[in-house]
Amino acid sequence: MADWKDEVEEIVFDGKICVPYSWTVGSTLSKWYGMMRDNAEIWANRCPSCEMVFVPPRKKCIYCYKDMNDWVKLAGTGVLETYTVVQHPEPGVYPKEPPFVYGIVKMDGADTGLVHFIEGVEPDKVKSGMRVEAVMSKEREGNFMDIECFRPIE
Amino acid sequence: MDRVAVIGVGQTKYEKGKRETFSELVYEVVTRALEDAGITIDDVDNIVSVSSDFWDGRTISSMAIQDAVGAFGKDITTVEGDGTFGAMYGAMRILSGNFGVGLIVAHHKGTESSMSGITNTSFDPLVERRLGLDAVTSAALQARRYMDRWGILEEQIAPVSVKNHGNAKRNPLAMLPMDITVEDVMNSPMISTPLKKLDCSAPTDGACALILAAQHEAKQLSTHDKRVWLNGVGHCSDAFHLGDRDLSDTRALKEAARTAYAMAGLEPSDIDLAEVYDAFTYMELMWLEGLGFCDDGMGAEYLERGVFDFGGKLPVNPSGGRLSANPVQVAGLACMAECVLQLREEAGERQVEGAKTALAHGINGMCGQAHCVWILGK
Ligand SMILES: [Zn+2]
Repeated sequence: MADWKDEVEEIVFDGKICVPYSWTVGSTLSKWYGMMRDNAEIWANRCPSCEMVFVPPRKKCIYCYKDMNDWVKLAGTGVLETYTVVQHPEPGVYPKEPPFVYGIVKMDGADTGLVHFIEGVEPDKVKSGMRVEAVMSKEREGNFMDIECFRPIE
Repeated sequence: MDRVAVIGVGQTKYEKGKRETFSELVYEVVTRALEDAGITIDDVDNIVSVSSDFWDGRTISSMAIQDAVGAFGKDITTVEGDGTFGAMYGAMRILSGNFGVGLIVAHHKGTESSMSGITNTSFDPLVERRLGLDAVTSAALQARRYMDRWGILEEQIAPVSVKNHGNAKRNPLAMLPMDITVEDVMNSPMISTPLKKLDCSAPTDGACALILAAQHEAKQLSTHDKRVWLNGVGHCSDAFHLGDRDLSDTRALKEAARTAYAMAGLEPSDIDLAEVYDAFTYMELMWLEGLGFCDDGMGAEYLERGVFDFGGKLPVNPSGGRLSANPVQVAGLACMAECVLQLREEAGERQVEGAKTALAHGINGMCGQAHCVWILGK
């Protein structure tokens, strides 16, 4: 610990940075969120070259750098690739009270994973490899929370 | 090609709640590094400063410590990321032939802010940021995937914490020297499954400076016993979105390591000690596999056999590692500083006997999105 504190009384400033932003989500994600909000559907897009299917959709394939204009509708089901049960609270950052579950879902028909909440199951019953389905929010606003969560398929 | 040497290092003690400002930390390490090299600030012709705006709570944070790095009237450039990337930039500037002596400085204070809030802002605000993901919860997703893939138990990653906190007892600069057992790790509070408190590094404050010199300047300014050569470096990045990667895969690290070994003309078996970025226990094992020290999925078994112990075949994180002090942007530069001290046989109680070649590793981005691998030699 600093020895200067023996001679000088320390002064500490508290601070907080609050800066507003209005981020455009761009052409690709605007289309994606629009279809979620209006039709309660999750879409993906496919690379014309390597045929990888990306969700969330991208403007270009991350592998081939090719434009991706080929859109495919996903069934909303998939497999839980990995998960974590959050036990430690982080107020102001985590939107839920622990315990709650994050997972990465490899959706049927897609080649990439989607990170989201896993609900409708006791946290200690969650297992990698579980079949899950997307639950769409009742009130949809055109953002990532239009998917409420994924839950196990009975 | 010209060679680049490290001719001086300076570090603060790594601890929480440091009562010095960012500039004061930087003054401290720059002064030490200059003294260590036996040169003055006038001998330095360029500077790379490493910091992160959100952590510092100001924009262009790297410019705000310019007086402290002695940059007045000099060429200074900045890196946001891990210190290893700053060192790479500094070495490239020297290899360009335009510079002779460079100062690389990184500073970080983890205990004046919120690790969770800051790392959450690294996630895409257009997609998953509002889920509240942060460094520890995303690492937990990676840990689960890695452990599921190879059938590794929580008891098998816990010994990394035991080893590294134990190593820290021999390092006066480390923050968390501890005598703990696997049981202590297993019984520590669950943060985000499968990671418990003692599987995770803790917020840390500190700074580190390295002085790099071109071969000609190094021989002019420095003596043989102080010079350590940067013999190889490799850097590679993976995809940004977590879902675009198999989080148990280390393809970016493998590529970075391949480049570094090729440049140095060495193989993993030639390395005498390694300082790797163990922000979490499981990471040390994953990165050791990616660096080619064992096959994928075999890290835990090698650890159990004692291969990575202080007295083992390949001592890993003899400094105590990031589990014992994790000053985020500084962390990889501290790995390099430890390698320099080891190769100069100045590592005191934690000296790895006869160390001639050392490997330092830094990461950037969530779950080790990007990797920088350095091979240093005497
Ligand atoms: Zn493609």
